[in-house]
Amino acid sequence: MKRSPGTLLLRWSGRILIAAILLFVLLPGIVVAVSAFNDRAILLFPPQSWSLRWFWRAFSYPDFAKGFWNGLTVTVWASSIALVVGSAFAFAIHRYKFRLRNLLEGILLSPLIIPHYTIGLGVLILASQTNVGRGFPLVIFAHVVMVLPFVMRSTYISLENLDIRLELAASSLGATPLRILFTVTIPLLIPGLLSGWLFAAILSFNEFTATLFVSSQATQTLPVAMYNYVREFADPTLAALSVIYIVVTATLLTIANSFLGLGKILNVDAH
Amino acid sequence: MNTRPFLGWFVSPAGLVAVGLIAAMLAVFQYSVRAYIPGSLEVGGFTLQNFAAMLRPLYALAFWNTVLLCFETAVFTLILAYPLAYALVRTNSSALRSFILVVSVTPLFLGEVVRTYSWMIVLGNKGFLNTLLLQLGLLDRPMQMMFTAGGVVAALVHVTMPIMVIMLAAALSHIDRNYEKAAESLGAGPVRVFLTITLPLSMPGIVAGFSTAFAWTFSAFATPQLIGGGRVSTVSTLIYQLGFSSFNFPFAASLSIIGLALSLAVIALLKKAASPLERMAGTT
Repeated sequence: MKRSPGTLLLRWSGRILIAAILLFVLLPGIVVAVSAFNDRAILLFPPQSWSLRWFWRAFSYPDFAKGFWNGLTVTVWASSIALVVGSAFAFAIHRYKFRLRNLLEGILLSPLIIPHYTIGLGVLILASQTNVGRGFPLVIFAHVVMVLPFVMRSTYISLENLDIRLELAASSLGATPLRILFTVTIPLLIPGLLSGWLFAAILSFNEFTATLFVSSQATQTLPVAMYNYVREFADPTLAALSVIYIVVTATLLTIANSFLGLGKILNVDAH
Repeated sequence: MNTRPFLGWFVSPAGLVAVGLIAAMLAVFQYSVRAYIPGSLEVGGFTLQNFAAMLRPLYALAFWNTVLLCFETAVFTLILAYPLAYALVRTNSSALRSFILVVSVTPLFLGEVVRTYSWMIVLGNKGFLNTLLLQLGLLDRPMQMMFTAGGVVAALVHVTMPIMVIMLAAALSHIDRNYEKAAESLGAGPVRVFLTITLPLSMPGIVAGFSTAFAWTFSAFATPQLIGGGRVSTVSTLIYQLGFSSFNFPFAASLSIIGLALSLAVIALLKKAASPLERMAGTT
């Protein structure tokens, strides 16, 4: 294939452009990683001397440990409840027509566009009006509302790809609907359910804005604890914590990518 | 025999969640038309005072700032995300594809606080960029980047990039390459093929990405709060300040109602403006 100088120029400027954009995406992560090993207590760049003490502080700071466990509690409950509620509902809208179907679907998908501070404020006001305390159930409810759309979508896509003839075959062999559900439908949906759950869990663990409104000192999650830390201290502890965060997340995603195919989940695979 | 097994069992939990969500939204509506009693968490009688107060320059300006900020962020995000999405979908190297995918998707799962914090180190007066520019001799003294609208936009673009890349890549990956090959065989150069075939056909993704970027930026809180440092006031920072510094929940509620209405209106407008384009591209 012949290539004119123009095409070649285009190709190379394209490559440089992509490299520059990737640098923009990566830059804050790199800067944080370098700052995390800074020995001084102020945010100076580049660091003059190196140390690991901010990692130690990130692990030993009580609010972070508490925030981590609080966050884990909220995440496990919220994403599991959302998984059950959301996938059951996705099954119903995929298979049946019923009254208020579209309305209900619209309401449950609306948290995708309602600002999270509106959701947080609403749940907070509702709690104060009904005299429900600012405990874990409140935080978990807000999180269920926010991650439900993702679980619904993931299950719905899996149902679209499910071969309904397998269920018909089970049915013709005399299986009851309940038995079909547990021995045919759910096992076939497992990958979709799992990725929906994982997605919901990651989003819930990182949710900040609505959580800031609905949590209290006793129920604050890790992002809220981190936010409070930035407002009080300017040392690199948070940089160390961010590094741990980035490494864990990138590792999880790389594993997910090689086992599940991230492109498939995100629907960006080329044909 | 029941032709719709489990219907009630499967729908009622979701119905319960929906009722809770509606109740929360109604609570916001209800508070937005209540009077604020200073120093108390109780609210007074019904009033439209909260909405009238929003016409005051301070609050009107916050709305204008927010819309401007969202618009700038969405435009810059689109410009930066498009080449990346294009490379992601079209590259022949699977290593490069995985790399772009993980690099551009990881930030999506990091949460607003971590990402905003990293930008604070980049933009600070003794931060990365200022140190770099000073050492290169391009600046005499640190340039103020923290607590400016420009700094907030830079961080917000970074926060919004992943979702834009995903949406654009989804649209680009569904374009039938035969259209491009046909144009090429008829003698069109690469630039012309891109401008007359690829770009119009990816319009649905551009619209979806742009409106999502707009909506996300509208609801962003940590970034304008921490990078803006109180000197860049947006709807979200104002609501938090009203709610948790002055406990004026009625006014905070009315601000979020108007904010919600505004962001829905802009998204609807974007969809409407783009629909002739989508029809042209032959997609629905």
